[in-house]
Amino acid sequence: MIDIKVTEAPLDIPACINWVMSPQSGGIDVFIGTVRDATQGKPVLRLEFEAYVPMAMREMTKLAEQALEKWPLHKVLLHHRTGVLPIGDVPVVIAVSAAHRAAAFDACRFLIDTLKQTVPIWKKEIFEDGEVWVAAHP
Amino acid sequence: MKVNVLAFGIAKDIFGKPAVAVEVEENTTVATLKSALEAQFPRLKQLSSFMIAVNSEYAQADNVLQARDEIAIIPPVSGG
Repeated sequence: MIDIKVTEAPLDIPACINWVMSPQSGGIDVFIGTVRDATQGKPVLRLEFEAYVPMAMREMTKLAEQALEKWPLHKVLLHHRTGVLPIGDVPVVIAVSAAHRAAAFDACRFLIDTLKQTVPIWKKEIFEDGEVWVAAHP
Repeated sequence: MKVNVLAFGIAKDIFGKPAVAVEVEENTTVATLKSALEAQFPRLKQLSSFMIAVNSEYAQADNVLQARDEIAIIPPVSGG
C-alpha cells in the first residue's frame, strides 16, 4: 500500500507513522527531513519549496512502487511539503513498514536518496543577504 | 505551432513568469525545444542541467512534441 502527498499544510508525523503500522510489520523506518539553520556555515533564515505537483505525485508514486518491488515492504508513505518553512519545520516525511528491519532501513534510504534526485520539487534557501535555488548552478 | 512551457524554481525566475509560449515547427523534438529555449533565455545555459517533461513524465531528447502536450522545464531538482 502506498500513500503519497504533496501539500502546503504541515505534515502530521504521528499520523504518518500510524498509517504505516500494521500487525504484520516487525519494523517501521521513518525519515524526517527538517529545515537546518545554516548551509556551509552561512545562516539560513528559512526555506521555500515549490513543486510541479502532478508530476511530483507521479514520480513519488513510481519510487514507492520501485521500493515495493525491490524489498518485501508492507506500506510506503511519502509526504512532501511546499511553501515557506521556518527553521526546524518538516518538509519531508518518509515512512515504511516491513516484517524485518533490514528491508525497512534499506528502502527508506533508497526513497529519500532517489526523491532528492528525481522528484520535481525545488528548494530555495533564504539568507540575510540574498537567496539561492539549491543545486541550480554547478 | 505554439507550445506552452511551464516553469518552476529557477526557470520561473529566468523566464520572469510561470509559463512562456514558444513558436516551434510541427514535429519538433524535445532537443530542438531545449535549444530554442536556450536561445531565447541564455541564462538557462548556466544551469547545471535542465530536463523537459511532457505530460508529467521526463522526456527523451528525440521525443516529438504535440500542440496539446503539457510541457514543463525541469531545472535541477532539490526536494527533501
